[in-house]
Amino acid sequence: MSTLAPSSAPSPARPAATRIGASAVRRGLSATYLRLELRRFFRNRRTLIFSLVMPPAFFLIFGTASDYTTQKAGNGNVTAWILVSMALYGALLTATSGGASVSVERAQGWTRQLRLTPLRPWAYVVTKVTATMALGAVSVLITVGVGLALGKAHMPFYAWILAPLIAWAGSLVFAAFGLFMGYLLPSENVMQILGPVLALLSFAGGLFFPLGDGWFADVAKLMPTYGLAELTRAPLGDGFSWLAVLNVVVWAVVFSLGAAWRFRKDTARV
Amino acid sequence: MTTPQGPRSLPTTPALALHGLHKQFSSPSGAVRAVNGIDLTIMPGEVVAFLGPNGAGKTTTIDMVLGLSRPSSGTLEVFGHSPEDAIAAGRVAAVMQTGGLLRDITVAETVELTASLFGRSGSPTPYLERAGIGDIADRMVGKCSGGQQQRLRFAMALVSEPDLLLLDEPTTGMDVEGRREFWAAIRQDAARGRTVVFATHYLEEADAYADRIVLVSQGRIVADGSSAEIKNLASGRTVTALLDAEAEPGNVLDAIRTLDGVDTVEERGSRIIVRTSDSDTVARYLLTRTKARDLEVTAENLEEAFVALTSAHPSADVADAAAPAVTVTEGALR
Repeated sequence: MSTLAPSSAPSPARPAATRIGASAVRRGLSATYLRLELRRFFRNRRTLIFSLVMPPAFFLIFGTASDYTTQKAGNGNVTAWILVSMALYGALLTATSGGASVSVERAQGWTRQLRLTPLRPWAYVVTKVTATMALGAVSVLITVGVGLALGKAHMPFYAWILAPLIAWAGSLVFAAFGLFMGYLLPSENVMQILGPVLALLSFAGGLFFPLGDGWFADVAKLMPTYGLAELTRAPLGDGFSWLAVLNVVVWAVVFSLGAAWRFRKDTARV
Repeated sequence: MTTPQGPRSLPTTPALALHGLHKQFSSPSGAVRAVNGIDLTIMPGEVVAFLGPNGAGKTTTIDMVLGLSRPSSGTLEVFGHSPEDAIAAGRVAAVMQTGGLLRDITVAETVELTASLFGRSGSPTPYLERAGIGDIADRMVGKCSGGQQQRLRFAMALVSEPDLLLLDEPTTGMDVEGRREFWAAIRQDAARGRTVVFATHYLEEADAYADRIVLVSQGRIVADGSSAEIKNLASGRTVTALLDAEAEPGNVLDAIRTLDGVDTVEERGSRIIVRTSDSDTVARYLLTRTKARDLEVTAENLEEAFVALTSAHPSADVADAAAPAVTVTEGALR
């Protein structure tokens, strides 16, 4: 070790310039990384409970009372109304916690470690969001599947397809919210803050019960959960409003800009 | 200093070239100069220890070499390229002190993932074996000991077959056994001709594993040379004795200064302190030609030299001890 023979010097067959030229490639998405992210979800009991068990359980607890199965809500019954709301809740929770997991990975120095690889920083974010959305799809499918199997929820055929699809796609807004918070909050336990916040937002945004009229309903229209809740339930004949679309677009822009801002700050070299 | 050339004497690009490197941080109490003018050239194949106390600027320098942070001023090249390009090409890799691992995946998955990010497919097993953790491939990272996690970081660093490997305090928190195993793995690997630069504040680690020691303190290089050269800084002895200089005929202190091998003579109260490479002559002179009594001879060790060279506020006699170091620094850099 103390004397390195000249012959053991790095191979001259691989001169500096050629090697840099040949392989200094910044890399995008890695299928291995994506697979591993998914595997991590399914290893995490906490995630599984929050994403895959809680939403259908909430539906069974709150949505299947016998008056709900006979009460009408638009073109379906109240049970169906609660079913799609719970599917949305599961998608939101999954998307937020998936996005917010960057906080833990920053705290553990993982994002810093990734900067010592050719992986482009945006590819990390896209990988996380893709895996999160995949889990969100499973969450929505399980909740709706339970509702379907139970046979108590009634809504038009197209609503069975459209409502879950809108819930799932719309949860992308909350993946941006999770990312924003994950980059913003230094906490290792960021979901312990975001979990209750999300429940509160869902409550205030009319996800758990109809808003009715009055000041509470007016305030609810400003909540980031309001637009998604309205749009998800629109296929049931609950009524489509451009206000809901506006709500979703505005919050999507706010969260995305926030996440992008913090992301740039995080990856900047100082 | 050995600067191994390629077998065919190719014009060799330095593995690492730092010129006038500065890094300042702003803090509530004003600007902190973490790195304060470092010039350093490391040739391919060298194994160099970056030795210094905590806060000397070692980690800050490594961060800049890895492209994780930008110098306030000065230039920095890794195999003639920017740190970012060197990272992207997999020519430089690092074993960081802490963190950088996902706890909920296995050891093998971690290495497999790292390999895929470098666009390499294939089994992680060879890297695990080279790092000496082939037997814990299926263990969750969170369940690994500190030493095992450190060897995992080493396995991750091997994946891109880097030409330059940086280790930042790699054995902090390891027990003696873990430390020995870790270095055994590194040594085995360095024998292949990889350039290795490691930061450490363990003197014996620098002494045992580096061909060259760069001593840093307060963001500067205070000494640079082979382990033997650095040790020579501390080869002297100190002779102290009680002596009433006034009572002696003539100028006894000047007389001692003219003795062979004497570096410095100092009076501290009624005690004189003589630094010399020939303690016998000084002792014989003091005991036979003066009324000196209570004579003591002590050997300086590397530890003392290290402390003297790197202490934050050098007192007068520490400055004396540091004086020869500067000579070595200049000699090594030229």
